Amino acid sequence: MYNRRKVLGLGAGTALSFGASGLLPAWAQTSAHGNMGHRHAPQTEFDLHVSEFPVSIDGKGGRAVGVNGTVPAPLIRFREGDEVTLRVHNMLDEDTSIHWHGLLVPFHMDGVPGVSFPGIKAGETFSYKFAVPQNGTYWYHSHSGLQEQIGHYGPLVIDPAHHDPVAYDREYVMVLSDWSFESPERIYQKLKTVSHTYNFQERTLPDFLEDANAHGLSQTLSDRAMWGNMRMSPRDISDVTGSTYHFLINGHSTADNWNGVFTPGERVRLRIINASAMSIFNIRIPGLPMTVVQADGLHVQPVEVDEFQMGVAETYDVIIAPKDERAYAFVAESIDRSGQAVATFGPRPGMRAEAPEMREVPTLTMRDMGMNHGAMGHSDMGHGSMDHGSMDHSTMDHGAMNHDMMDHFQHMEMPEPEAADWPVERPHLERGPGVVNINTMPLYRLNEPGLGLENVPHRTLNYEMLRSLEPIPDMRAPNREVEIHLTSNMERYMWSFDGVRFADIKSAIQFREGERVRVTLVNNTMMTHPIHLHGMYFDLVNGGGANRPRKHTVNVKPAEKLSFDVSADHVGDWAFHCHLLYHMMAGMMQVVSVMPDSAGARRRDEQLRHMQHQSMDHSGHGEMDHSGHDMHTPEPETPPMQHDGHGGHH
Amino acid sequence: MRYVRSTLSAVALGSLAVAAPAFAQHDHSSSDDTKPWSQADEIWGEDAMAESRAAVLHHHGRHPTDAIEIHRFEFQSGEDEDVLLLDGDLWYGGDMNRLVVKTEAEFSLDHDAFEEAEVQALWSRAISPYWDFQTGLRYDFEPEGLTHAVLGFEGMAPYRFDVDGAFFLSDEGDLTADVEIEYELILTPRWHILPRAELGWSAQEIAELGKGEGFTSGQFGVRLAFDVVREFAPYVGVEWQGSFGETEDMLSAAGETTDQTVFIIGFHAWY
Repeated sequence: MYNRRKVLGLGAGTALSFGASGLLPAWAQTSAHGNMGHRHAPQTEFDLHVSEFPVSIDGKGGRAVGVNGTVPAPLIRFREGDEVTLRVHNMLDEDTSIHWHGLLVPFHMDGVPGVSFPGIKAGETFSYKFAVPQNGTYWYHSHSGLQEQIGHYGPLVIDPAHHDPVAYDREYVMVLSDWSFESPERIYQKLKTVSHTYNFQERTLPDFLEDANAHGLSQTLSDRAMWGNMRMSPRDISDVTGSTYHFLINGHSTADNWNGVFTPGERVRLRIINASAMSIFNIRIPGLPMTVVQADGLHVQPVEVDEFQMGVAETYDVIIAPKDERAYAFVAESIDRSGQAVATFGPRPGMRAEAPEMREVPTLTMRDMGMNHGAMGHSDMGHGSMDHGSMDHSTMDHGAMNHDMMDHFQHMEMPEPEAADWPVERPHLERGPGVVNINTMPLYRLNEPGLGLENVPHRTLNYEMLRSLEPIPDMRAPNREVEIHLTSNMERYMWSFDGVRFADIKSAIQFREGERVRVTLVNNTMMTHPIHLHGMYFDLVNGGGANRPRKHTVNVKPAEKLSFDVSADHVGDWAFHCHLLYHMMAGMMQVVSVMPDSAGARRRDEQLRHMQHQSMDHSGHGEMDHSGHDMHTPEPETPPMQHDGHGGHH
Repeated sequence: MRYVRSTLSAVALGSLAVAAPAFAQHDHSSSDDTKPWSQADEIWGEDAMAESRAAVLHHHGRHPTDAIEIHRFEFQSGEDEDVLLLDGDLWYGGDMNRLVVKTEAEFSLDHDAFEEAEVQALWSRAISPYWDFQTGLRYDFEPEGLTHAVLGFEGMAPYRFDVDGAFFLSDEGDLTADVEIEYELILTPRWHILPRAELGWSAQEIAELGKGEGFTSGQFGVRLAFDVVREFAPYVGVEWQGSFGETEDMLSAAGETTDQTVFIIGFHAWY
């Protein structure tokens, strides 16, 4: 399955004769080809044929593995609560699978070979059957090998059974993806051989001169020396970049210009899905605000922003309400700014908005490494033993610091940097071939918009701004905490949880049915990782109290420590992994086993009933009044945490 | 010194033998019977799940990779003679254990013959974030037919210096060492300056090889490379090649040149 020499060559020229839109499903077509943003009718039965076929991407022919002969795959749309049947016919000569990303399906329908089912063998048909109690924007993709990179992904929309709290006149599904004409096996092999293969944005000699000019020679030298001493690169932002990727919106490159129409004054709903293998995107429509109404398929309290960063596998629904009779550029810019995909919204079909210039490449700082600056030998900064965890920012003597130096760490100019509260407890985590760095100063970063968006001159979204529209269903305090470390060695291209590659784990992460678990993720790497838990929504601990956002995927920023609470309600084995495809392949994956426990489930039901009862008695007091408390600390009523090792890899 | 040779060779061969199972990484059968998870067994059958579980584990972290790398393939134009040089390796394995084959050969265009040619077969073991321990055998095709036990380290030193150093114990019992240090200075995304130094050392005089005790030889060069693609970078450069100490004296006494500066044109490539 992993023969890297099976190069994706030209599709015998056949693909070249079709236009970019010739082989696309209706929802992915441009308005010039008749897609007016009308809603598609829900269905209950679907036939999905997985095969290898020629495609035309960005004007060039290649070969894809995908569903029903199109990239992206067809839109699957059904109604909340309906039982649906999805027959997957494997026409390949290798295994395939489909995982329904974000859907609360029975675990044996989750579609992860080796975890929830054996996979779909060549020539076989597998029928998925389920009914799910949710609505919103989701997606589906292969969980077999690296098929997801070469076209095996598509959107999935569930219409609400009853009232839709979001009003809109038109809707467009926006599937973002990254395509390479190199085979994914080759990409992985190149990363393993020379990990910076695709990075053509390293700091150069001219950059050095520019920095020396701006910040002084000695400071620039010491900055370069710090990075050099650690054998790391501050431009190590994306592993696979625009140097090989063609960034796509609904299968269209910027040149192909996917375009949608609106009538000025209308509310247009965009269902944005990041179906990339490796690309985190910044989304913006210059000159047009976006109102976020849904995140990861669940409704959020509307929040208006101008730009937001979107991890791989996240989905966001936004409402735009263009007033002017002009073309607007919808820009999906890769986080490292090595490329972008631009689409157009205009009052008439076929319009093309001007693509904005690429912005400056972001540069990581020491902060992104979770380094105590003092430990870096910067005693000249006047805070050699600075402890962000206990630092009082209002009384800290900024004057004593060398501000030139501070300016150089761009993030320092940002909203007050804050350390996360709980100490990092993972004494057994050791440096080694697979673990280069251990985060000694984890940061609370849910109030940050993401790498590269710190200084943009407009409103950005951050996770603290997300508030669930509906109160979260389980307000119990967690009964225990599980801490999981994101670990890596970029040079060796090794990625793992807790320093243990998936291939080497001895046991799964175990939850017991009915329990409420706080999962804390600590990022010991310098990269942003979209971490995805299958089968269960998790409630992000972001200060939102009863209206914390519920997500299936969360971007964990460099050096960040964040927490979410999970109600272990869905018994089964569930994949848990970084959604950057090659990180997962390198071993950044685990399984969360929710073990059946009828006593635990009964206990939960009693507790929930009791809490409901109480909150009715005290209407508005008590449980519902958590906002603010859980921003940086466990909620006050939280029993003492048992720091529970979750796996057998001790 | 000679008494240690059989011991060291045995150690090197032994480590290759120990390493062998580590390379046989395509075996999907799990090594023990404990299943890290198994709730789907009841639904889809134990056998079907056992096979796919082994596969999903294997393909997420233990899939072996391989590469061929030509560090230097270059034409060296010297004062006395012109030389073609090949310095490359290939490897196969996982993150922790790899089989590495290294080769270095110098072909004299003036004499139409190899001046030096050696091959090393090594087990390479990742021992820290940036360092690999390597051990195995080296065989010299030129100048003699010497076999050496090899013990070395390869990795990246602070400030991103690539280092490759090893001790060699020949079957004549002679101990020598060699270390190469290279740095990459990024001028632009594609133009790089590559300073490179190589030092040879010998624990004893080896008359037949013209080596004296102590540091024997050194090369200090700088190359300007252009990455056409990451996998192919032609370069030009200049290098000082010379001998030191006793070796230099031996060469002088024999009336041979002790140092020279060569101009270089070549390429770096990998796949």
